[in-house]
Amino acid sequence: MDEKGLRQLIGEVKRGRVTRRQFIQRMVGLGLTAPLAAQMLAYSGIAQAQAKSAYKPTKRGGGGALKVLWWQGATLLNPHFAVGTKDQEGSRIFYEPLAAWDPDGELVPILAAEIPSTQNGGLAADGKSVTWKLKKGVRWHDGKPFTADDVVFNWEYASDPASATVTIGSYKDVRVEKLDSHTVRVHFPKAAPFWADAFVSTRGMIIPKHLFEAYKGAKSREAPTNLKPVGTGPYKFVDFRPGDMVRGQINNDYHEANRPYFDSIEMKGGGDAVSAARAVMQTGEFDYAWNVQVEDEILLRMEKEGKGHADIVAGGNIEFIQLNTTDPWTEVEGERASIKTRHPLLADAAVRDALNLLVDRQAVQDHIYGRTGVATRNFLNNPQRFRSKNTKWEFSVDKANQLLETAGWKRGSDGIRAKDGKKLKFVFQTSINAPRQKTQQIIKQACQKAGIDLELKAVTASVFFSSDVANTDTYTKFYCDIQMYTTTMTQPDPQVFMDQYLTSLVSSKENKWQGRNITRWRSEDYDKAWYAAENELDPVKRAALFMRMNDLAIEARAVIPVVFRPRVGAVSNKLHAPTSGWDNDFWLLKDWYRDA
Amino acid sequence: MGRYVLRRLLIAIPSLIGISIVLFTVLALAPGDPFEELATNPNVPAEVRANLRAQFGLDDPVTVRYVRWFGSMMNGDWGFSFASRIDVDQLILQRLPVTLFVIGSSQILALLIALPIGVYAATRPYSLFDQIANTFAFIGFSLPTFFTGILFILVFSIQLDWLPFVYRTDIAATGWRWWWEHGKQALMPVAVLGLFQGASWTRYVRSAVLDVIRLDYVTTARSKGLREIAVVVKHVVRNALIPVVTLVALQMPAIFGGAIVTEQIFRVPGIGSLLISAILANDTPVIMAVTFVFSCLVILFNLLADLLYGWLDPRISYH
Repeated sequence: MDEKGLRQLIGEVKRGRVTRRQFIQRMVGLGLTAPLAAQMLAYSGIAQAQAKSAYKPTKRGGGGALKVLWWQGATLLNPHFAVGTKDQEGSRIFYEPLAAWDPDGELVPILAAEIPSTQNGGLAADGKSVTWKLKKGVRWHDGKPFTADDVVFNWEYASDPASATVTIGSYKDVRVEKLDSHTVRVHFPKAAPFWADAFVSTRGMIIPKHLFEAYKGAKSREAPTNLKPVGTGPYKFVDFRPGDMVRGQINNDYHEANRPYFDSIEMKGGGDAVSAARAVMQTGEFDYAWNVQVEDEILLRMEKEGKGHADIVAGGNIEFIQLNTTDPWTEVEGERASIKTRHPLLADAAVRDALNLLVDRQAVQDHIYGRTGVATRNFLNNPQRFRSKNTKWEFSVDKANQLLETAGWKRGSDGIRAKDGKKLKFVFQTSINAPRQKTQQIIKQACQKAGIDLELKAVTASVFFSSDVANTDTYTKFYCDIQMYTTTMTQPDPQVFMDQYLTSLVSSKENKWQGRNITRWRSEDYDKAWYAAENELDPVKRAALFMRMNDLAIEARAVIPVVFRPRVGAVSNKLHAPTSGWDNDFWLLKDWYRDA
Repeated sequence: MGRYVLRRLLIAIPSLIGISIVLFTVLALAPGDPFEELATNPNVPAEVRANLRAQFGLDDPVTVRYVRWFGSMMNGDWGFSFASRIDVDQLILQRLPVTLFVIGSSQILALLIALPIGVYAATRPYSLFDQIANTFAFIGFSLPTFFTGILFILVFSIQLDWLPFVYRTDIAATGWRWWWEHGKQALMPVAVLGLFQGASWTRYVRSAVLDVIRLDYVTTARSKGLREIAVVVKHVVRNALIPVVTLVALQMPAIFGGAIVTEQIFRVPGIGSLLISAILANDTPVIMAVTFVFSCLVILFNLLADLLYGWLDPRISYH
């Protein structure tokens, strides 16, 4: 269905000839599904029914202690300093953002009174500003009221380079203005279709002005509140030991009725993922365990005990294979894999196509990842409104053989194909991690049958993922033919995620290999689509642009997607813990409760 | 004696400086930086990381960083952790009591096992008791703690469901109940470490006692008609203990250093787990502080062991 068809359909919903439900069902059939449909309708002025929360308790407190296990403990509790998710999660117990991302990649108001939209006047028609209305009657844990001043202060605090915040990227280019005591407006330098970055989700937790004001800038490390957070969240601070334990107790003044359910919360850190899963699913010592990166087989076995289950929620992370477009073995101007070169073997489209046919994604899913890695044909998988239906994948050694044969790659006496004296031999690298080494094996075996020789290389993760300029084994240098790893998508908007094929971001010596385009694949069409999406305010057109970008990269075989990796947590069977792949595990901590 | 101690302490200074230089250089050469996690997050621009590195002085040459670290260390400033932005001494002090308790009790347990069993086995060499003790000692120190740790968890926590396997410093209970809960959770880590240590010490005690018990003066003591217990305790054990004391004294720094593997398995928030998480996060100030304190303790306890010799064996004198 093209853009015109979509618009007609939306029109019919407006006129009442097609119900919301029917519309969404038809979209599901098209592969766009509910969230896109909902967003399209919202954009076209059709109100979205507020999702009903599944929260059952009818009074505040009385739930006892909530015990959660993070195998990497939180090391600090200031959200603006949070280096990793563990720190964000620790902070999220006490601090809240204006809005959070639900599992479908939709915004849910937390400290905001409502989500800005074109109907309620929150979104400017030119896309250059967004107005947030704040919830009234919210109090900090020390009793002071939460107002627009706090929100404006967070922008000042985070955007000050001297404060050394990690969140500075979300705040430095915007300007925040206070309209009245409970309204703020965020101004963008240019039209921003994705306006929900500052004050939202992981980077949007609001810290109190009255306690941090004196510690803005160079003195930011000295604030006593860095270690003793005073927030607006459902639990109040009790005790914190970096890397070990965060404790909180019920906030009886919480701004939502009947919440929270638990009287106290304990977030224990340390150990490893497998035993964390055990503590929830086998012994029941804990109620929840974060990020249990454990083989699905083990998870399934633990689930049989009947005490807990794995909570699997889709996000945007994807395990994929990159094919180098440049020559990693020749040095040009002091740099290997320079964009002035072309890969001697992979420049042949037939070879790239053959490799694409030789990755048995289903086998990788079935034998290695199970529920924690789903075979995919797309690079951009989620939210579903951006998932392309145009691509496909298959595994066929015969077809690969045929392709290579017709392209003139003939088998030599050693069974390896060659053309013009060049043998089809590649070095295939990844980080050391059991599932990755197994995946490498599966691909190597298939390639062998097609006359391609893969030399497998595994690099320690701390080296592979480091940004050490002096090391030749880092993934951003990509000094080899093929590599595989997981790239993360931390927010539901793909703009930042999709920048990894931009010509301007090619990883090179010049930018100390910090450029995000690691395959060094370049396409004018791609660049055009990306820059168009950056300022495209129409969500339908924008979604189409992202699908096009995905298709371009996939069809050019710049990358071969393998499996997308949902997030996995271990949850006690009695606990109700809504999780989201687009936000912290604690995004809706206020709604967690346990069956009596 | 006083001059001897003074001389030893003076010798220790250059070795400590040497140790700190080696540690610092090795850490500087190791790949990775404390803001690694930011690099893989597409929403954090590369400048943010570069900025943080510059602000924390990570871009300066190693020599400059070393001199700065050394200077502030001399002034008693241990620096602050890059990961948690908290002063390092505060972090270490938070972890120390747990480590002292868990590792300390495991060493006591080890001594309680090793001394009586080793001595008794040596007084009756090649008896059935000796054979059994030997076999168990062999098994005990052949099994690494990460293996016994997991085995204990599987048996006592998962199969039998008797003991918790997550160690918590904050137990919401008071009085007897607090002690009971604390004992329950400490039992497994203490047993794992204590049995391992005890097994190897048993072997040492046994061979040390065996060496002494055959000497002529022991025969003399026996022929004087002294009771067996007096012979063993007063005449044999005191002399046999000298090598054992060295061993035990050299083991003492470990009480402060923590047990990395065991602490990790049982989630004991001690110095060992602090060190390992600091290493994983490339948190140089914390790694430096912990390892440096550890080397100071090693040197100190070496000296202490030497001084103990003199007390145990008056024939040894110091020059």
